[in-house]
Amino acid sequence: MTNFANRSTLNVSVKNLVLRWLLYAVLALFAIYYMLPLFVMVTTSLKSLEEIRTGSLISLPRDVTFQAWMTAWSGACSGIKCEGLRPYFWNSVIMAVPAVLISTFIGALNGYAVAQWRFRGANLIFALILFGCFIPFQVVLLPMARLLGQMGLAGSIPGLIMVHVIYGIGFTTLFFRNYYVTIPPELVKAAKIDGASFFRIFFSIFLPLSLPIIVVTIIWQFTQIWNDFLFGVSFSEAGTQPVTVALNNIVNSTTGVKEYNVDMASAIIAALPTLLVYVVAGKYFIRGLTAGSVKG
Amino acid sequence: MAPILELKGLSKKFGALDILKDINVSIDAGEFLVLVGPSGCGKSTLLNCIAGLEPISGGSVVIDGRDMQNVSPKDRDIAMVFQSYALYPTMTVAKNITFGMKVRGVDKALQQKKLDHVARQLQIDTLLDRRPSQLSGGQRQRVAMGRALVRDPKLFLFDEPLSNLDAKLRVEMRTEIKKLHQNLNASMVYVTHDQIEAMTLATKIVVMKGGVIQQIGTPAEIYSHPANLFVADFMGSPAMNLIPAKVKKNGKGTQFIIQNNDREDLILTDLNAANLPEQIVLGIRPEDIADSKLQKHHHDQVASCLIDVVEPAGADTYVLMSLGGVEVTARLQAETSAIAGLPMNLSFNMDKASYFDANTGERLN
Repeated sequence: MTNFANRSTLNVSVKNLVLRWLLYAVLALFAIYYMLPLFVMVTTSLKSLEEIRTGSLISLPRDVTFQAWMTAWSGACSGIKCEGLRPYFWNSVIMAVPAVLISTFIGALNGYAVAQWRFRGANLIFALILFGCFIPFQVVLLPMARLLGQMGLAGSIPGLIMVHVIYGIGFTTLFFRNYYVTIPPELVKAAKIDGASFFRIFFSIFLPLSLPIIVVTIIWQFTQIWNDFLFGVSFSEAGTQPVTVALNNIVNSTTGVKEYNVDMASAIIAALPTLLVYVVAGKYFIRGLTAGSVKG
Repeated sequence: MAPILELKGLSKKFGALDILKDINVSIDAGEFLVLVGPSGCGKSTLLNCIAGLEPISGGSVVIDGRDMQNVSPKDRDIAMVFQSYALYPTMTVAKNITFGMKVRGVDKALQQKKLDHVARQLQIDTLLDRRPSQLSGGQRQRVAMGRALVRDPKLFLFDEPLSNLDAKLRVEMRTEIKKLHQNLNASMVYVTHDQIEAMTLATKIVVMKGGVIQQIGTPAEIYSHPANLFVADFMGSPAMNLIPAKVKKNGKGTQFIIQNNDREDLILTDLNAANLPEQIVLGIRPEDIADSKLQKHHHDQVASCLIDVVEPAGADTYVLMSLGGVEVTARLQAETSAIAGLPMNLSFNMDKASYFDANTGERLN
């Protein structure tokens, strides 16, 4: 009897072990599969053109050189200018940072008003804001171009900031509204009796509670705005293009030989900030997405 | 002296739905008013209307002689304690308590003085630097009370403040609230669904059902003279026995004939009752039925009943039987010799009996 039982538990544990290893193997395979493009990009960017021509695509670089990175940053040619990604990278920074902060702030305020102050028509207003999330970019291009022209913001970075803020409000409002709706309404009641105003309650009580959702919103908005190409290419001019547009121009304007290493380095540089934001704040991202109620 | 709180013909509608109908209540300074009723009866809505957190649809709220129409919550000179405590999660205990004063721009030194006073009073002076998440339920409750006390308002409002606590703590805090009321001599309005809380705390109880006031009275009045079947059934634990009975008049008084299982009908007589319809519901509290060997009152009526269940509860013993087609509970002394399955003589104290109209449920005596 005991023998029997032993054998069956043994079988079960062997089976578990095999399944576990199988699982790891599959996971590892997928991890490699997904990492491969990044690997190729990094290695290619560290090779010289000579080595790229002669070597294999997935081999490690024989002589590591940062020449391609230098060129990508400050020497690559887009069109007639050869100043690399640097000026456009800073364009993106001065566009993305204010756009992210402003849209996050407005979203927080909207979400708070819609979730905690059940004024007449609050649900309708929220539904309309939400609808804004589903309007395709292409639809707003022409009206937006006209609006920017009338406001005298055409082709400028403040114009791009405005476009991204308006487009982001739908999402940021959604995030904050869903977060604030889990906070018990008694908090606002108590604060009202304490004499606090709409804005006082927002700044003193709700904003300090919101760190997880602020991080989620910032990551989301930063990724969207930094990676945006369509608005960038439509509403900018020669000096104000964001890095995504510049990357496209560098990769597409070739004189003579195609410099794959420079292209790869440029692409990595353009993607680096979003990667960095995930690494730094990713922990909060998961936490914020899964955060439910606030324990008081 | 003018009443501290007056509700005159107050009503509240959500669309076409009546939440509160024609509420008229008035309390004097120092009274402890408890609004009690089953969930959904509108008691919390009424409290929110008093606080000004919900607009009213009709009638008026008058606090200390001042009509509260268009007066915002902060200007009503009230303080409120919530069921969920509603402490500000990111602020320390001290900041929670002083937040209201800070908003109103009270002088820093005065804030500190009041904070110290309240913290000592509620024994939370060691917790002042903690955040709400680091406190136990009972401690959070105290902080919520502190936030109300520090305001020193004309009227305290409590919205089921003890419902989130465990049974033992609830009883402790109940006593503390009662002490607080006695020490401060403050006016309080307290909402609860727990009839024991209502009985122990109140100087005046309002029983509500479906947005309508069923009865207003002192705890003793509500307990011994319930205005209708709903109040009789709701207040008291175990509940009042409500036994259908036929009425027959004879020379000596009024006889109540109660169907007694397969046995002979049980007949109780009340010498004082008069003008009752043919069918009534006889209401009698479990403690007004006694073991006739151990206890006998002047007007007691003794009758033999078949005991179904005996439940010793330490101080008392509850016995259950079936009379008039309903289950009837009697609260006997612990020394009773009641045995399940056997008949015994019980004495009914008819002085304490209530009579209700079988159709309308209204009280008849």
